[in-house]
Order: sequence, then C-alpha cells, then structure tokens
Amino acid sequence: MADHFSKLLIDNIPHLRRYARSLTRDPHQSDDLVQDCLDRALSRMHQWKSNTNLRAWLFTIMHNLHVSNLRGRRPSTTWESLEQSETADHKQSGQEGMIQIRDLERALSKLSDDQREILMLVCVEGMRYEEVAQVLNIATGTVMSRLHRAREALRQILRGEEPAKLRRIK
Amino acid sequence: MKQTLTPEQEKLHAYVDNQLDSATAESVENHLTKNPEACRQVDEYQQINSLLKQLYDPMLEEPIPPALLQTRPRHKYWPIVKQMAAALILLAIGLFSGFYLGLNQTLVPVTAEKELDHVVTEAAMAYAVYAPEVRHPVEVSANEQDHLVSWLSKRMGRQIIIPRLESHNMQLLGGRLISSDDGPGALLMYEDEHGQRIILYACHSTGNSSAFHYAKQNEVSVFYWVDDAIEYAIAGDMRKDQLRPMAESVYNQLNF
Repeated sequence: MADHFSKLLIDNIPHLRRYARSLTRDPHQSDDLVQDCLDRALSRMHQWKSNTNLRAWLFTIMHNLHVSNLRGRRPSTTWESLEQSETADHKQSGQEGMIQIRDLERALSKLSDDQREILMLVCVEGMRYEEVAQVLNIATGTVMSRLHRAREALRQILRGEEPAKLRRIK
Repeated sequence: MKQTLTPEQEKLHAYVDNQLDSATAESVENHLTKNPEACRQVDEYQQINSLLKQLYDPMLEEPIPPALLQTRPRHKYWPIVKQMAAALILLAIGLFSGFYLGLNQTLVPVTAEKELDHVVTEAAMAYAVYAPEVRHPVEVSANEQDHLVSWLSKRMGRQIIIPRLESHNMQLLGGRLISSDDGPGALLMYEDEHGQRIILYACHSTGNSSAFHYAKQNEVSVFYWVDDAIEYAIAGDMRKDQLRPMAESVYNQLNF
C-alpha cells in the first residue's frame, strides 16, 4: 500500500511542481511547497480514497498549504521569476491569432492570484469544474464565474484593452 | 461580488473545456454558427487554452530534483495500524510497563466538552507512538532549541514558546512536527531522570478559549485547553495528580 501510494505520488510530482510554480511564481519556493505537500500527503494517505482522483486530492492539499503560507507572509517575488525560469526560452512557433506567448506571460501577471489559479486548473490541468470546486473549496458556480472573469480579463489585456476593473486579492 | 453567468455563457466555457455531453455540445455548435460574437469568444478562449498549455506543458518535462524523490516517511506516515503495532511491540518489550494501547479505546472525559475530545485522542495517540521511541523520540533535539523554535513557529504559523519544566525535574528532549486533523501540530517531549516522559501537544483550533479539562485514555492522562485559537494538550502515563502540577505550570507559562 505505502509503496503503491509512493509510486502514484511520484507520477504526480511534475504536475505538483507546475501547479506550485504557478501559485508561488518562484522556482525555489515552489519546490518547498511541493515538499510540504508530499509530506502532508504521505502523512494522510489513509484519508485518500483510492477510487477518487489523486491529483485533485493532492492539489487540494497544496492549495490549502499555499493559502496558509500566504496568511503568514506575502511573497515578495514578482512575475519576472517565472519569466527567468527555464520556460522563458521556450519559443512558440508562429502562432496565428491575437497573441504570443510573451504577451501571455505579461498578461497573466496582471491577473489576480485567484484568476491565474483557476486558469491553471481548468485550462492547463484540464480538471473538471467539480474537481476544481473541491480543490479550491468553493461552489461550482463560483468556479464558473471566476473562470469567466479570468478569461475575459485575459482577452481584454491581450487585445490591448485594459480590463475595466482588475480584481486584486486583498 | 459574485456575478452569476447565464446558462448560455456557462455552456460556452464548458464547450471550450470539453465538459459537455455530445448532445449539448452539438447544440452549442449550432448556436455558434448563428452567432459570430459567441463564435469569436469561443475561438479566443480556445487560443488562450492552447497558449497556456504551450507555456506550462514544458514544465512537466523538467527533471525532478532528487530531494523531492527522497521524501520519506518521517513521522505519521505509516498507517495508524502499523503505528499501533509498533507501539505495542515496544510496549511488549517492557519499556513501558503498565501501558497498553489498542485494547480499549474508550474515552473517559471528566469535564470535557464534546468538541474538544478529539485532541485527547490525538495527544494520547502521539504519546503512544512517540514516547516509547528509544532512538528517535524527537526530530529536533533540545540542544538545537533555537532551530526547533523557529522551525515549529514557521510551520505552525505563529510564535512557539517552549515551556520549561526543570522545576518538575523534566528536561526538554526536543520536538517534532506532526499532522493533526486541524493541520500541522507541534509536539514537545520532556523526560525525567527515570526515563518517564510527557508530551506537550499543540495544534490549531477553531474553538473558543477554554479552561482546563482532564481526560484519561487508557493509562494516559491528558490535560487540555484552548487559548488564542491553539489547542494544547499535555499527556503522560501517570496519575492525574502527578501530571496536574506540570500542566498548570505549562498553562501559566503560556498564558502569563
């Protein structure tokens, strides 16, 4: 049981690192967060029901750890830290349409933490709305409206229009 | 500040995210052919999805730092059953005469309020698991007290104070982080010259501040109270009247 669980955890580490990176926007802080999350998951593996989505369960743990970390201290890192990371040299190839990856990074930095997080879970991880609601501990309706605001804000920024109201996290 | 989306808007998002059944998806596609603005919206949402994946997917290919792969059980990583078995084996060796766990889980609260009871179980369990440990009773020993304080404070999200119990002939052995139902918990262990140990357990609590309570689980006496959103419990394999002066001392030091 423990070995099996460890293997499942290891399979999820790349996803946990990616989610942590989007939450902390700092490669070092993000691996600390992954470590804490793995610790917590191992100590609570008996609480995970084996027929349920492990990644959603792990993301729930990580989200909660991140929120409680934030309660203690606001991170001083900026979005630049992600741009400087390995992803920065990832060139995108002649994307037709309204935007380029560079613009996307800049646009994301203008969103609230909540909005970035919802885009990460829905658009990047491809989670179902109900799972996202579970991870963030909010209603599915709130998932939808937050997703809508995030997408609309991103759309406006990418078109060169500043969104009417940028929601900031307090 | 929540805005509610119309069902049509919700469907557009769900369509982009492939979260519709095929019949509904088809009806959305029909709607799109007649509605250029919605069509453009969906198109741009899809572009955003695709770009986000281009930005973030390469991270999945990054090598995993070895430190993350070496995450190993440090404390409550075994299933409870194994912990109890381990505790029972150690007890059977006779390190702890007169103490047993697992045969009788009846909780006997004396003045306890219902919602406080779980801390008794947690503290008694932590005591049963860690107090018999010969080689690794704590993660950080008392001679690294500064580190212990800063580490536990960081993980608990507030300043931890380590009470002194020398006047009761109890020396600090050290501490460890444990997981509780309410998040991270801190455990400090003390020992007297005969090897008798007690633990001080602290975890977050949503309850109101409370006075002293006493409960006994098997042979483990537990005094517990809530102060400033932290629940404290002192547990030891001794009589109530032996443990009480130490619990009072800790209480006074934490609430001076």
